Amino acid sequence: MNCILAGVGGQGTVLASKLIAQAGRTAGRQVRTAETIGMAQRGGCVVSHVRTGDVVLSPLVPLGQADVLIGFEPAEAVRCLPYLKAEGTAIVCTKAVRPVTASLTGSSYDGSEMIEYLQKNVPHLILVDGEAICAAVGSPRALNVALLGAALPALGIAPADMEQALRASVRPQFVEMNLAALRLGAQAQKKADEKGETDHD
Amino acid sequence: MAEKFLMGNEAIALGALDAGVGFVSGYPGTPSTEVLETVAKYNDGSVYVEWSVNEKSAMEAAAGAAYAGARAMVTMKQVGLNVASDPLMSLAYVGVQGGMVVLVADDPGPISSQTEQDTRTFAMFSKLPVFDPSSPEEAYAMVGAAFDLSEKVQTPVLLRSTTRVCHGCATVRVQDERRVKPAQGFVKDTQRWVIFPRTSFLNHQKIEARNPALGDALGNTPFNFVDHAGSGRRGIATHGINYAYTSEALELLCAQAPVLKVGTPFPLPEEKMVAFLRSVDEVLCVEELDPVLERALTYLCGKHHLPTVVRGKRTGDMPTAGENTVESVEKALSAYLGVPLPQGAQREAPPPLPVRPPVLCAGCPHRGSFYAVKVAMKGRKAVFSGDIGCYTLGNAMPLDMVDTCLCMGAGVTIAQGLHRVEPDAVNFAFIGDSTFFHTGIPGVINAVYNEHDIVLIVLDNSTTAMTGHQPHPGTGKTMMGEVSQKVSIEKVLRAVGVECVKKADPLNLAQAVSAVREAADFHGVSAVIFESPCIAVTKPKPALRVDAAACVGCKRCIRELGCPALIMDGGKARIEPGLCTGCGLCSQVCPAGAIRAENA
Repeated sequence: MNCILAGVGGQGTVLASKLIAQAGRTAGRQVRTAETIGMAQRGGCVVSHVRTGDVVLSPLVPLGQADVLIGFEPAEAVRCLPYLKAEGTAIVCTKAVRPVTASLTGSSYDGSEMIEYLQKNVPHLILVDGEAICAAVGSPRALNVALLGAALPALGIAPADMEQALRASVRPQFVEMNLAALRLGAQAQKKADEKGETDHD
Repeated sequence: MAEKFLMGNEAIALGALDAGVGFVSGYPGTPSTEVLETVAKYNDGSVYVEWSVNEKSAMEAAAGAAYAGARAMVTMKQVGLNVASDPLMSLAYVGVQGGMVVLVADDPGPISSQTEQDTRTFAMFSKLPVFDPSSPEEAYAMVGAAFDLSEKVQTPVLLRSTTRVCHGCATVRVQDERRVKPAQGFVKDTQRWVIFPRTSFLNHQKIEARNPALGDALGNTPFNFVDHAGSGRRGIATHGINYAYTSEALELLCAQAPVLKVGTPFPLPEEKMVAFLRSVDEVLCVEELDPVLERALTYLCGKHHLPTVVRGKRTGDMPTAGENTVESVEKALSAYLGVPLPQGAQREAPPPLPVRPPVLCAGCPHRGSFYAVKVAMKGRKAVFSGDIGCYTLGNAMPLDMVDTCLCMGAGVTIAQGLHRVEPDAVNFAFIGDSTFFHTGIPGVINAVYNEHDIVLIVLDNSTTAMTGHQPHPGTGKTMMGEVSQKVSIEKVLRAVGVECVKKADPLNLAQAVSAVREAADFHGVSAVIFESPCIAVTKPKPALRVDAAACVGCKRCIRELGCPALIMDGGKARIEPGLCTGCGLCSQVCPAGAIRAENA
């Protein structure tokens, strides 16, 4: 299983990839990850790679080899779409993060064009209203775990394994908030799934 | 053996602890920083750990510990090794008693550095052995081997890894018990420890005599091997993380080729390399940074009269700069082996993507400092020399306040040279607190002594922010968890003779601008110390809010400050509450008084 997490520095991609790796290890698989750490973390594009399997050679997912793409932001999801297999699943937060440069140049980027592109080009697309989930659990820092909740079936991770990974990685006072975000993310995935089935009928 | 899921840098730290390291020093620098942090985290009290003031100090302190027989490790990034090169070059002649490992993290890309230099080349230059791990697992094993080798040949040993090994995570089998390596203490011996031209001549001879045999001995360790021997006449030579990329690319191409993986590139594992050269007609060198293997193999072909063709960066078969990926290696191997590239998913071209360069965080006090200098110098001819740290990002629009950036501590001295040639400009030098201690102070003394006319702006945010908030001499905290005396930047400046020293809060615009004006009008060396903690080490204030009724939509806040928390929304400015730290700078810029505290 190859997974790409794409976002903007500060959105919590590193913790999310660590949680996927831990849950994968709980399930007895070999895991390799690669992170963006350093200057790009200051509001730049960040990409994490997580690979699990019987034998994993390189920590970087080759282009076109990702089973799952978790996009923390619409344009970042599109930027990393070349990693995703034709039949891969993309889980994308609909809320756009506008770069400072966009505000300066008067660009109208609001993510909608990116969402339309994803809807046309990704057969297995799960859109998550991350902003609503963060508001519901009362923390802007819950986005990463909410997206993980929606990604669990595609990642092949049992909810119990992810909950265990969360309890082991998050400070005690934040466990409940994160578990709530995980569940709301999972609900968003189920809704998208049902909607997808009716669309196909 | 226990299994642990570790980042490469954590694996190196645990490898050092398990090898009985007694002294670890270093200076933070991406991608090396987590090594020393992890040693400190797992320190049971038996290891002395410090963030040194710079890499040269770290190298010398570690050398002292190794002179006294302790196992010592020093950590830094590739450009840090330039700062520490003076002690290292001499140390190669003098040697050590206890094992000494010099951990240097290289940054192909570069992702977070000024240069794409290769520490394997530095090993050749300094004539020191070097290990080059291809994974976190191998990095763990190599640390122990490097300590053993260092003690055996009584010389420092380099361990160089690259970003994808440092910041990649994998399952590593670690020893159950830590080795205990007691230090016997310093044994006086002036012939040995005092470097003199005559002893250096003799030591130089010894080093040159030692290295060829050492290269062959290291060549026979498990860190050098050949995969798929005999699977064709077109071979591949590779190293480090490129070994993983090569293995994966061959799988994707459904191709096979003999692969020589070199883990100890210097001293040259000559026998191993020559045997490989004899087994193939051609070799493609898959390397990042310098063509170290390519040069070595080309040399060996000449020396041993071999007809084998060596290809790589110098023959145009591999990219000369930047980081490799599985794709770039796959493409090169496809051309080299004559195997077609598999077709990936085909999708329509995406819409134009927004560019997203890294920026100063919302609420970053550096924004206030840069803006204050910009306002104070409006209409005056001024040049802004920058330095290394988060504040290099002050170059971005709309601040555009970094005209030069070279290396740690260079801004202070570059400003002096600029001003001598163009005395009608006001020459500013911006420097962060950690960089000030690192290499800034000699530049300030140079300015005072040589009567230069510059304005020093110290951006004191009470931490080493860019690398992840390490303590430094101004913070009064050490990596041993102790509270030490804080070194005062103001007192240092006054002590070296800077007469005009101002302090200001960068988030108080009027006060900050007036401090800058006074310093700029002073003839000689003047300084403004902007004190305000990094937003990552302090509790944020409540977010501010734009009163949409009062906002006139002039965009002044956005145009002047470029804060990521400020966006235009339907012709009005809006503040992202999740990003805003309540620094208040924008409320001081708004001409309509529309930006206020949430509850005001």
